[in-house]
Amino acid sequence: MLNVGKIDEGFVLDHIPVGKGMSIYYHLGLDKLDCMVAIIKNAHSKRLGRKDIIKVECDINTLNLDVLAVIDHTITVNVIKDGEILEKQPLELPQELKGVMRCRNPRCITSIEQELPHIFYLADPEKEVYRCKYCDEKNSEKM
Amino acid sequence: METIGKDGRPLRHLMTPLDFSVEELDKLFDLASDIKGHPDDYKDLCARKKLATCFYEPSTRTRLSFETAMLDLGGQVIGFSDANSSSASKGESVSDTIRVISCFADICAMRHPKEGAPMVAAAHSRIPVINAGDGGHQHPTQTLTDMLTIRSLKGKLDGFTIGLCGDLKFGRTVHSLVNAMLRYPNNKYVFISPEELRIPSYLREKLRSMNVEFEEVERLEDSMPKLDMLYMTRVQRERFFNEEDYVRLKDFYVLNKTKMELAPKDMLVLHPLPRVNEISVEIDEDPRAVYFEQVQYGVYVRMALIATLLGMAG
Repeated sequence: MLNVGKIDEGFVLDHIPVGKGMSIYYHLGLDKLDCMVAIIKNAHSKRLGRKDIIKVECDINTLNLDVLAVIDHTITVNVIKDGEILEKQPLELPQELKGVMRCRNPRCITSIEQELPHIFYLADPEKEVYRCKYCDEKNSEKM
Repeated sequence: METIGKDGRPLRHLMTPLDFSVEELDKLFDLASDIKGHPDDYKDLCARKKLATCFYEPSTRTRLSFETAMLDLGGQVIGFSDANSSSASKGESVSDTIRVISCFADICAMRHPKEGAPMVAAAHSRIPVINAGDGGHQHPTQTLTDMLTIRSLKGKLDGFTIGLCGDLKFGRTVHSLVNAMLRYPNNKYVFISPEELRIPSYLREKLRSMNVEFEEVERLEDSMPKLDMLYMTRVQRERFFNEEDYVRLKDFYVLNKTKMELAPKDMLVLHPLPRVNEISVEIDEDPRAVYFEQVQYGVYVRMALIATLLGMAG
């Protein structure tokens, strides 16, 4: 049995669909943070059978978790403060995503101007559809 | 879309026809109608103001319409008519170009083959930017032209059965017009196209979600008797990646005298032009064929738009 210790302050991201842990690690920019991160793959889960878990020891005000809702809104976000669960943060689809997805439309201005940020807006919350702010093309990138 | 201008005041731009509310559009069309009726009253309205036409791809018609509009308002015109004669050929970004143009001109009309380029320009501009066509995306001044033509010739913008025929997949004028007309009640739509060029799914979903009455058909003849207006479009070679598909679909529809005999006596035929083979020249003299009149309305609506965005519409 693998044991990962408690964290004092930060986040425990639970019920991550199996295999998505590393993707979330990069999407949240955890590779660029100078803090302690544990990624647990293929953990046992009553709900999912198998799941991934990420524990991040950091200031709870420093991490933007918007992208998690886009990846999978069923992920459980436990906010930890003083070693205890402060709250279970609900995941809501952000109205705008900047620098998370790339527009694949070859006719979009972002295809020739490399410096432009790739920005998507929430076009249909029910179907979780995001469209490029510049060309309105539907996001086709798997998160 | 709003940014800050040279004088520190908020700037209005036009990226899509939906940037203006229905009330603002009414004012714009009223102004365009007044300009049509009393052109002399407006001949010096924009004296000493300069319009920059930044056209990164050829478009004689739209560019000349903008230039005529500014000249008829007493203003002046600078600009370029293809990317090779601009700094874009040296690799300059759209945002840099508009920063430079902002120092020269008072308002800019931009056409670009890449979708969203005018929006990038507007975000960095200190003068109003008008989207004069961005790839297959938006062409708002064509939509304003279409709407002014309909309003002027039919007296209203609601309660019509509107046929749209030809390239409904890549035809940005169709998407823009439908999106703009959706704001007016009781319009029904008949989309006439080959299977390969049907309206995009997002537009179909939007129509369904708004409970708008519409049908998608392939035969033009069957729909003619019920139409109040028929909006014909050209199958555009530049929107195809595959030449074979273009050749196969380009002459799918030809509107001729025989088909016009099936249409109501007061049906309007509109076309954003240029036409190729989709409207036979034999119907040019038919009073229902209003596509050349439409071009003239395009100048009036661009005059009204320039005056409005420059804050000179009174």
